[in-house]
Amino acid sequence: MSSSFATTSLNEKNRLRERLFRGLFGLVTITLILPVIIILITLTVKSQGTISLSFFTEYPRNNMTEGGIFPALVGTLWLVAVALIASVPLGVSAAIYLSEYARDNWLTRAINLAIINLAGVPSIVHALFGLGAFVLFFNFGTSILAASLTLAVMTLPVVIVSTRESLQAVPQSFREACWNMGATRWQTIWRIVLPNSISGILTGVILEVSRTVGETAPIMFTGAALFLPFLPTSVYDQTMAMSLHLYIIATQVPGVPPSLPYSVALSLIGIVMVLNAASIALRTYLRGQKKW
Amino acid sequence: MSSLPSKAQAAAAKRSSAWWQDQVARVVVSIAGVSAIVLVMAIFIFVAKEGLGFALTDLKLGEFFTSTAWRPTSDEPTYGILALIAGTASVTGLAMLIAVPFSLGAAIYIGEFATGKTRETLKVLVELLAAIPSVVWGFIGLSIMNPLIIKLFDVPVGLNVLNAGIILGLMAAPIMATIAEDALKAVPDGYREAAEALGATRWQVIFKVVIPSAKNGLVAAILLGVGRGFGETMAVLMATGHSVNIPHSPFDAVRAMTATIASELGETAQGSPHYKVLFTIGIFLFLITFVINMLADIFVRGGFKIGKKRS
Repeated sequence: MSSSFATTSLNEKNRLRERLFRGLFGLVTITLILPVIIILITLTVKSQGTISLSFFTEYPRNNMTEGGIFPALVGTLWLVAVALIASVPLGVSAAIYLSEYARDNWLTRAINLAIINLAGVPSIVHALFGLGAFVLFFNFGTSILAASLTLAVMTLPVVIVSTRESLQAVPQSFREACWNMGATRWQTIWRIVLPNSISGILTGVILEVSRTVGETAPIMFTGAALFLPFLPTSVYDQTMAMSLHLYIIATQVPGVPPSLPYSVALSLIGIVMVLNAASIALRTYLRGQKKW
Repeated sequence: MSSLPSKAQAAAAKRSSAWWQDQVARVVVSIAGVSAIVLVMAIFIFVAKEGLGFALTDLKLGEFFTSTAWRPTSDEPTYGILALIAGTASVTGLAMLIAVPFSLGAAIYIGEFATGKTRETLKVLVELLAAIPSVVWGFIGLSIMNPLIIKLFDVPVGLNVLNAGIILGLMAAPIMATIAEDALKAVPDGYREAAEALGATRWQVIFKVVIPSAKNGLVAAILLGVGRGFGETMAVLMATGHSVNIPHSPFDAVRAMTATIASELGETAQGSPHYKVLFTIGIFLFLITFVINMLADIFVRGGFKIGKKRS
């Protein structure tokens, strides 16, 4: 644009300054991302290739200084599955209310504030809540059920916010067309709005899974065990979990070979990254598929 | 003839079943809608149930907030959390020194300078960064940063304010950058076009038009970062060195409030004073983050008028 004018000294200075700022901010962005790439490489190098199929299928041996992470992996699957069963129906229903029924009033504003707070309450306070409510008050004991419900409460905002977004992305005209055919509000939601936003909801659920996999503090006192030589058989059992396992072998167990915690950290980060990448890929794909 | 009324009846019955379904769905969905409010209240009630009674009767609140003596297991226990507050504040403060410039800088670059594929790639990378679990960050502090700090600064132990601050800064920055970028995106393109039409250069547009318009959202991003810093548990537990201490330099080990609960709750007898005082710290943490989130929400809505108000 400015190239069409004669280059005055002021213009020259501005252009220089602009280039400087652009370079500076670009550098800042790269500096933010670079450490993580370094960290990923370091984790991979220091795990010394100990990650193999048997690492995921073997029990820890010899006071957790050898062997694999099988029970922790299975335990994490239990925790995630039970947490999803609790949080997805509740979160999706709450999002339906906010997107399809709620008016712009004080109640809606209070709900939004509550969602922000639910996401912002420290994870250790969620742990205290889980201990006080699920373990003691409802008497579930330290169990998968108590730990998963704590995780479900904590990750509920992720489901609500992403579901609400994908419901609101369905054009209003779809609903109006449906109402004009004589459908009730619920028929419209069930037959038109939900089918058109189901994949957006799915990306949110994947994100929630990734959050749930990584959380450690909320399960420490509610259901995760340091070491168990067997797998859980019901939701009332305790279980090992990958996130807590990493904390335990990194800080609490003497004589752990240095490569072992790196392998666990790398597996954990790998699972989370794959889930997030899947969610992002799905979202990008859907954006391309949208017909409206 | 005889089939007509029964058909009409069937239609009426069908209509009414759809109507009932609609009513039931409305009730169910409304109950789910207020669940977030119920849950936040439940969190406060259950944490307060264990900790508030103790805080109001046995605990000397003056000593609680002003004493640095955290000796919950001694014969004459003292419960002073000043050093723990200092630990949390120093780590969060250092983290913000790192995260604020980097997150806002990255948001400005991604939102205002980058285009097309570069922009999408950077956004995805920042999103992936935000997904790394806190226990992994703690492990990075413990195993990668610790030896690095010992080597670079020639100090005996590398688990300190500096380590945890950097880790926490790296953790908080991507989230803050995402929120800040949303705030920049919310500034209407008309503002930018108007400024450019007046002959403003790109950096003038950004600094004189876009940033002042997005100021509230940017403040909210910083506040949510601070809230995250106060609440972070695992990374702070593993990287601070975990010793009760008012820090005098970035190389001092400290202990955070969250980390104290995480490390001591497992060892206390349920219902003991030590157990209850940990819940009291929980109430304090809940209230701090509640206020910070409230403020952030007010800023997002532009409730406080900072700077000049455009009409």
